[in-house]
This record gives sequence, C-alpha cells and structure tokens, in this order.
Amino acid sequence: MNTSPIVLLIQKIIKKGWLGKTFLALITLLAIWQIIVALQANPSLFLQQVINGLQLGFVYALIALGYTMVYGIVRLINFAHGDVFMFGAFVSFYSITRFQLHTWPQWLFPSIPHGLGLIIGAITVMAISMIACALLAIVVERIAYKPLRSAPRISALITAIGISFFLEYFAALNFVFSPNFITYKRPVEVVTWAIGLNGITTLGNGKAPPDGTILFSNIALIIILTSVLLMFGLQFIVKKTRIGKAMRSVAYDKQTARLMGINTDAIISTTFAIGAALAGAAGMLYAIAFPQIFFWMGIIPGLKSFVAAVLGGIGSIPGAFIGALIMGQAEVLSAAYISTPLRDAIAFSILIVVLLVRPTGIFGEPEREKA
Amino acid sequence: MMLEIKNLHVYYGAIHALKGINFHVDEGEIVALIGANGAGKSTTLSTISGLLQPSQGNVTFRGEDITITPAEQTVQKGIVQVPEGRKIFATLTVMENLEMGAYTQRNKKQFQKDLENVFTIFPRLKERQNQLGGTFSGGEQQMLAMARALMSHPSMLLLDEPSMGLSPILVEQIFEIVQDINKQGTSILLVEQNAQMALSIADRAYVLETGEINLQGSAQEVLHNPMVIEAYLGGH
Repeated sequence: MNTSPIVLLIQKIIKKGWLGKTFLALITLLAIWQIIVALQANPSLFLQQVINGLQLGFVYALIALGYTMVYGIVRLINFAHGDVFMFGAFVSFYSITRFQLHTWPQWLFPSIPHGLGLIIGAITVMAISMIACALLAIVVERIAYKPLRSAPRISALITAIGISFFLEYFAALNFVFSPNFITYKRPVEVVTWAIGLNGITTLGNGKAPPDGTILFSNIALIIILTSVLLMFGLQFIVKKTRIGKAMRSVAYDKQTARLMGINTDAIISTTFAIGAALAGAAGMLYAIAFPQIFFWMGIIPGLKSFVAAVLGGIGSIPGAFIGALIMGQAEVLSAAYISTPLRDAIAFSILIVVLLVRPTGIFGEPEREKA
Repeated sequence: MMLEIKNLHVYYGAIHALKGINFHVDEGEIVALIGANGAGKSTTLSTISGLLQPSQGNVTFRGEDITITPAEQTVQKGIVQVPEGRKIFATLTVMENLEMGAYTQRNKKQFQKDLENVFTIFPRLKERQNQLGGTFSGGEQQMLAMARALMSHPSMLLLDEPSMGLSPILVEQIFEIVQDINKQGTSILLVEQNAQMALSIADRAYVLETGEINLQGSAQEVLHNPMVIEAYLGGH
C-alpha cells in the first residue's frame, strides 16, 4: 500500500489528539487577545466584570466543594447537591421574613450597635441554613445513598437525579416552601461604593457613578469574605482535625480505615453534612446577590459548580476552588464581551473541552485501581 | 487461650473459602498460618477482624465472642490487622498515618507513649514523619503499616504476608522486628507464603490448604514434616 505522507500526517494528528489541543490553544489565545483588547478599550469596565465574576466564582466554589468532597469519599456525583443549595436559600429566606431571626440581637439587647447586631443576626441566619442543609444531606444520604453503597455506581447516580427532582418538587409544595418566584429580603441594605483614581465615593439613591470608576458593593464584600472564611475553615477541618484526617483515610481506602477503628459510615455522613453546609451558605449568599428565589434555582448554579469541580479535578479541594473561580470569570466575561444569551453555552462547553483534553481536570489524578 | 477459632465457615458468594477451620493462639505466642495462594489465609484474618462475616462458627477473644463484631470495633478489643499489601494511606503523612492507627485512642498521654515506643522500634519513621506515606519504598511501607497498627496498643497483631515483595535482607529485618514486638508482650498471628521464614520465628504453626487445616504442631514439627518440605519449602 502506498499511503501518501499527507494521509499519514492526518492519521497521526487524529491519533495524538492534536486537533483538540490545537483547538484549545487557539481558543485560549483568542480569549487572552479579547481580554487584552477589552482591558485597553475600557479598563474600568473590564475590572468591573472581573469583580462580578469573582463574586459569582466564590459562590460556585462553595457549591463545588460539596461535589468534590462527596465524590472523593464515595465516588458519587451527587446531583441533588444543587437542590441543597436551593434549600439553604429558602431556609434563610423564611428565617428572615417569617421569624425575623436576623433581628434577635436587637430584640434581646436593644443597646447593641445597629451594625454589630445585624452582623450577628445575619451570621445566625446563615448558621441556621447551614445546619438545616447538613441535616437534610444526612437524611438523604442515610435513606437514599447508604443502601446503595455496594451497588453499581450508576444506580447511585440515577438515585441522585431522582432525589434532585424530589427535593425540587417537594420544595415547590405550598406547605413546604413555595411554587412561585419569591423576592428575597436581604438582611442588610445594599451599599455601593464607586472606586476610582480620585478616591472612593458612596453612591446614594439615583446618583450616577462618576466616570472611570468601579462599583463595589458590600454584597460582593460579604460574599467574598464569607466564602474565604468558610474555605479556610474547611481547609482547617480537612488538614488538621481528627475527623478531617479520618475523612482523607476513608476517601483513600475504606477497608483499611475500618481496620483502624474508623466508623466509615459516620465519616461519610459527616462529609455529606459539611458539603451541604457549604452549599447552604452559598444558597444564602447567592440569594443576597441575586435576590429572587425559586425551587428550580439550584439547577443551573449546581450544574455550573459541577463543571467547576470537574475542571479543577473532581476529588480535589483546591481544584474545586480554582475551577469555580475560572467558571465565574468565564461566565461573566462571556456575557459582557461575547454574548449574554450564550454565556451558559460557553460555560458548559468548558466541560466538553475539559473532558476532551484533560479528563482528570487541572489538579486531578488518574483514577487509582483499588483492590 | 487468647484467641480461639471454632468451626469457621466463610463463603465468598458461592465459593466456600473456609470449610470449618479450628485453631487457637495462646498469650504471648507467635503462631504461623502457612499455605499457598488462595488457601484462605487472608480470609481467615479478615474474618477475625470483622471485615468478613462467617456463615457458621465462632471467633472468641479472651473469652468474649467477637464473631459478629464489626471491623471498626475489633481494634478496641485489642486485635489489629496489618493488611496484605501494607495498605498505608498514601495521601497522608507518616505522622497522620500513625494518628489514624491510634484513632480509637483518645488519651493524649497514652498516644505519646505509644508514639515513642513506635519510634524506638522504627527510628526511620521519626526522621521522616512529615513525608507522605506514598513516597515510601515497599519495606518502609511495611514498617509504617506495622507501626500504624502498634499505635492502637494491641494485645494481638494479625500480620498478613509481611514479606510480600521485599528483598531477603528486608524480610529478615521485618521478621526480627516481629520477634521484638512479640517480646514486648504482643501475641502474633502470622500469615505467610514464605513458610521457611515464618516457621523460623513461630512457636506453633498451622498449614491451611483450600479452606481446611491439614496439619498443625510446633514450628519445628511442621518444618520437618515431609509434606511441608515437599509443598512449601521446595523439597530436598
């Protein structure tokens, strides 16, 4: 057979996956070029988008951590995780509107400074959401996932999708949460600062921001600060505490962990609970940033956080964090500079590209064979 | 009798892995359980530690029936298994591996005492306590696995193939350490394919073949049994 060198070359290109890699390199170069152009054209607008993306990315990071931790320990993509996030948003909403829980410091101690009282109140509401989500996740894990632990993985995955639908429509019942869109009542008022070269001005009602300034609100500050604190907390738990070390042991090898006297079922429940607590906090933060809640609100942020976890390398905690920040930027920047309706398509095409080019993600390692 | 196994039957699905075995380990003894691949040696250890449940028979430890005690509670009884293939936690540091070995030990003073003891037996672990377990060589991993087991302060150690995949010099080192641990008062049930090594340090031995114990006696008797020489020691 005389195969022409061109055919051989094409075969080689296909075999080595060069097409995908070239495509990815081109896309990356294009993106970098777009970013440079945007930065030159209007630096303050660009920085504004980056800040918006950061705010979104941190919320995604909190959700993505739950996906990645649960995957790390039981090799399950917990598709109901996005609905836990929704549950957290609703719990915080009812804690605020129905029970006025964010005002308890002012009720009990009328002399407390207004700001301090609000902070303590808001933290209380967030803690309630986190605990409620953790309990929900423990119940779901015990009822739905634990009996399937030795079943084929696909059974647990399908169950997770079923649980996801169940949580959505259960939340939509009138006596549970609500089937309607609800306007979220923020525990704090929005304050926006315009940051420019000439200093910082606080924006009042209807006042237009000065030219060339970047808007930064207390909401963005709250989201970024809370997320960073929670992530440091998680890092501390996983790295330093007895339970965190047990979590890593169980993730690595369940049988041997049992031989050490570690109750693997309790550790798995704890992992679900911690992941869900982070999602609960994320639900409240998301609702503060985008104040409209709905029983389907968990689907899209949940899926995007899942993509973030895959992008970072599912099972890796730093990976989930980095992946989520990239997802936040990708979404906001494509909405601003490419096309707003296309932003979700672009965000999800990241998943396809990752799976084609580097299925293990940025920090992921190839699956270890277990005996 | 410290540990007594009575009429133990274990099934893996349809496979009858253990067909009613009986044996015991006395206080302070090293007992070797030798046999070929697939004879049921590891199954026996996993049943004692509770990873597997027998369909019939009893495991008694210090007069207490521990047949159905789940694996995570067996450690608290004083029995700990060093699994086949070491199974150290590769993503945890040496120190963290040892802490996991002492998971059920909530007393800080006792933990420090056990840690010092383990570092005296395995001085290399002390130098490398912040290294990840996965960076260790096979011999070091075996030592770490044994050290981790000792952190639970056991009265009985179940060793599964400690010589597997190690060079002869390392095997000798490991077996010397096993003897030292035994001298400190820990009884040892040793599962080995390397019959020669196992019988050289054991007090008594059992030969396990396709789920049944075919021969038992003092290590010397077993070592000189023609059948054992033929089947496990390469003949003469």
